[in-house]
Amino acid sequence: MRRIPSWIWPVVVAVFILALSRLVENEYYMFAGYVVLQYVVLASAWNILGGYAGYVNFGSAAFFAIGAYGTVVIDKLLEPPLVVAILFGGIVASLVGLVTAYLTLRLRGAFFAIATLALAIVLQTLVTNWDFVGGPLGVYTIRPESIAGFPSYVNYLFVVMLVLALIAVLVARAIEISFIGRGLAAIRDNELAAECCGVPTLRLKVFATMLSGGLMGMAGAPFPYYITYLDPNSAFSIAYGINSIAMPLIGGMTHWIGPVIGAVLLAVIQQVATVTISSELNLMIVGVLLISFITLAPNGIVGLFESYRQQRHRRPST
Amino acid sequence: MTSQQSLLEAISIGKRFGGFVALEAVDIAIRPGERLGLIGPNGSGKSTLVNCLSGATSSDAGTIRFDGRPIEQLPAHKRTHLGIVRTFQIPLPFTSMTVVENLTIPLRFAARHHPEAKATESDIDQALLILEDVGLRHKAYESSAGLTQVELRKLELARAVAARPKLLIADETMAGLSYSEVDEIISLLFKLNDQGIAIIMIEHIMRAVMAFSQRVVVLVAGRKIADDVTDVVMNNAEVVRAYLGE
Amino acid sequence: MVTFNLLLNAVVTGILLGGFYAAVTIGITIAFGMLDIVNIAHPVFIIMGSFIAYIVNRKFGVDPILTVVVASPLFFMLGIAIFRFYYAAFESSGKGSLRGLAFFFGILFVIEVTLLLAFGVDYRLVQTSYIGPNVGFGHVDLPLRMVVPFVGSIAMVSGLHIFFSHTFVGRAIMAVAQDEFALSLMAVDTVAIKQLAFGIAIATGAIAGGFLIVIQPVDPSLGREYIGRVFAICVLGGMGSITGTVIAAFILGVVETITSTLFGPSWAPAVSFTALLLTLAVRPSGIMGR
Repeated sequence: MRRIPSWIWPVVVAVFILALSRLVENEYYMFAGYVVLQYVVLASAWNILGGYAGYVNFGSAAFFAIGAYGTVVIDKLLEPPLVVAILFGGIVASLVGLVTAYLTLRLRGAFFAIATLALAIVLQTLVTNWDFVGGPLGVYTIRPESIAGFPSYVNYLFVVMLVLALIAVLVARAIEISFIGRGLAAIRDNELAAECCGVPTLRLKVFATMLSGGLMGMAGAPFPYYITYLDPNSAFSIAYGINSIAMPLIGGMTHWIGPVIGAVLLAVIQQVATVTISSELNLMIVGVLLISFITLAPNGIVGLFESYRQQRHRRPST
Repeated sequence: MTSQQSLLEAISIGKRFGGFVALEAVDIAIRPGERLGLIGPNGSGKSTLVNCLSGATSSDAGTIRFDGRPIEQLPAHKRTHLGIVRTFQIPLPFTSMTVVENLTIPLRFAARHHPEAKATESDIDQALLILEDVGLRHKAYESSAGLTQVELRKLELARAVAARPKLLIADETMAGLSYSEVDEIISLLFKLNDQGIAIIMIEHIMRAVMAFSQRVVVLVAGRKIADDVTDVVMNNAEVVRAYLGE
Repeated sequence: MVTFNLLLNAVVTGILLGGFYAAVTIGITIAFGMLDIVNIAHPVFIIMGSFIAYIVNRKFGVDPILTVVVASPLFFMLGIAIFRFYYAAFESSGKGSLRGLAFFFGILFVIEVTLLLAFGVDYRLVQTSYIGPNVGFGHVDLPLRMVVPFVGSIAMVSGLHIFFSHTFVGRAIMAVAQDEFALSLMAVDTVAIKQLAFGIAIATGAIAGGFLIVIQPVDPSLGREYIGRVFAICVLGGMGSITGTVIAAFILGVVETITSTLFGPSWAPAVSFTALLLTLAVRPSGIMGR
């Protein structure tokens, strides 16, 4: 029997979730599910640069917000369909990634991380002072009443994010198993040795940053329609920054399934915590999990699973 | 030697770090298939020279021609594509990968650029052959993180070979090894040289240099003080003085 | 309307602010510049210092700067504890950099949220005799609440400069920063030295917190504004150089204040971070960098 290629599984799961979404009537699940899927995109995207190449990006919020505010801008100018806004957000975010990467990726990873943080704050300041998009007061986006083919617009947004999540996961997987992924792994293990082995390190890092940023931008593009009121604080929320790091780390950074596991786990925990306890506690939970995992299980849940499997291999079967 | 004859020709290489002059007007050249020893006291600039030749650092002055082409502006990975490969004094394996996977990196990213080196076997098969050559075949599927010192040095060399070099710069591959381990590495380097690879051996272990090199270049305090056939250089008074003191 | 008076006041205020920024940053100069530890959580220790000063000031009326100076040994020990944990868990392994970064990122949040839960989102301030009155020199009107921290900051930074250049321990720390391997070969316990340095770094943060709450009201999330600032100043100043940090801090303070005055305070954050991005892009070794 031929082995089932692993890309089938995300597609199957996505189709399954799509089918479920048609049956579920309570819109709350659409809203909550959207957030979870959004994090699947962000975590998978982050991991392309962070997990595969070892370059930590603290500014995920910047790329996300570029997507969100990109939609605001393009809506004011053209009123295009959502798909166009998504592409627009992705391209702009990707270009910003290109510039940032080219300027800072010649330096050590720590400097890149700090630069991404700086980028997020500079962009937030620019947006806060830009009246065209509402400045500090933000802007309202009217969510259309309905859209053909879907029971509600929220349902449509959910499905859009589901598709984006599937794309992100498949792209991450494709990169991981390709020669690009091997090159990134070599960079992560020892960049100097990689360069001297013929790996075009700068080019690969820039590519990874563009791809990562672009995907994050795409995740942010539908956000104005989801949240209807967009202001700099919500677009640049620190939650995006910390979650995009925590989710891959806790899920496992070396495999494309890690960010998915981490995103689903953490996003669900945070949703539950927000509803039951308080929203401040969210960041606390993430912070504590982050520290625990990075100290005790740095290879994440995937890593724990792998070592469990290796243990079982070593033991003679009784 | 004339420019037509040399594989690598570096003229008047200079490098400063702040106020410290690491290299001053150093000329070095090597013919295809030649075995060159590069020696000098600690701090004489050998590693800096290697870095400048391989592209890990950029030189401040001088020209470098490889196969007739100027390469000073090229980044390290491009020089590797052309066929200049170096190993590191302290081995730098890709620790998350197995031994054989380590070799697939240069095979995929460097070897492909050599039209002469087109191979029909898969990367893994080529890698296994190279591991066979260096004596690491039995460790192919083990993590590279758990190797012994001499095994790490062999992995460094194997990885360099996987890049299909025309010139291999072996930077102190034998430092700290036992007598028999040094012999192992020497015979390995001879084997590689038999395949047509020019080799620059940087070493402090004199018996290795004398056994291996056809010609020796001596650096002292950033300058070249000798460049001749091995026997001549080893008997040069200035060289002896540099190593043993006045 | 922009007058000469306004600009002059802005420049002088900027200098006062710059002195304070130097005190805030010195902990990062030590941790990141000298020890190569990307302690992105440094600002929360500053905020912790502010809140301790607040509590003591509220309950006992004690001067906030006095409080933090007295409390600094505690923070010193906290710094040592954190370093030991960091060292045992991360530095010995190969992939220190990413894990260390994520670790401190986690610390940043845990402490910030703890403060948030303990104190809520409100701004807190202290009462002292020098918050309120101004002192005038000709055209320039200086709020004492900025002058006093400025003096304190300069004192602390100068003291540290002397410590690092003239005491045995201080120079040992600088030696570790330059060539740890060589030092370890000379039978020096480099871990103990780094531990000490990190403890000092955290302690300076707490002291800077005392200055901070004198200058302005503090809330738990204020630290985030400072993350970029401290790294910007540290990088601009050339990483491990105290002199560089001071110069960069003054430059940033003045430019920020002038920007604020001319274009409004909402533009001020962009200043430090753009400065950081430009420095990284153009001259990563900074002003005094090697």
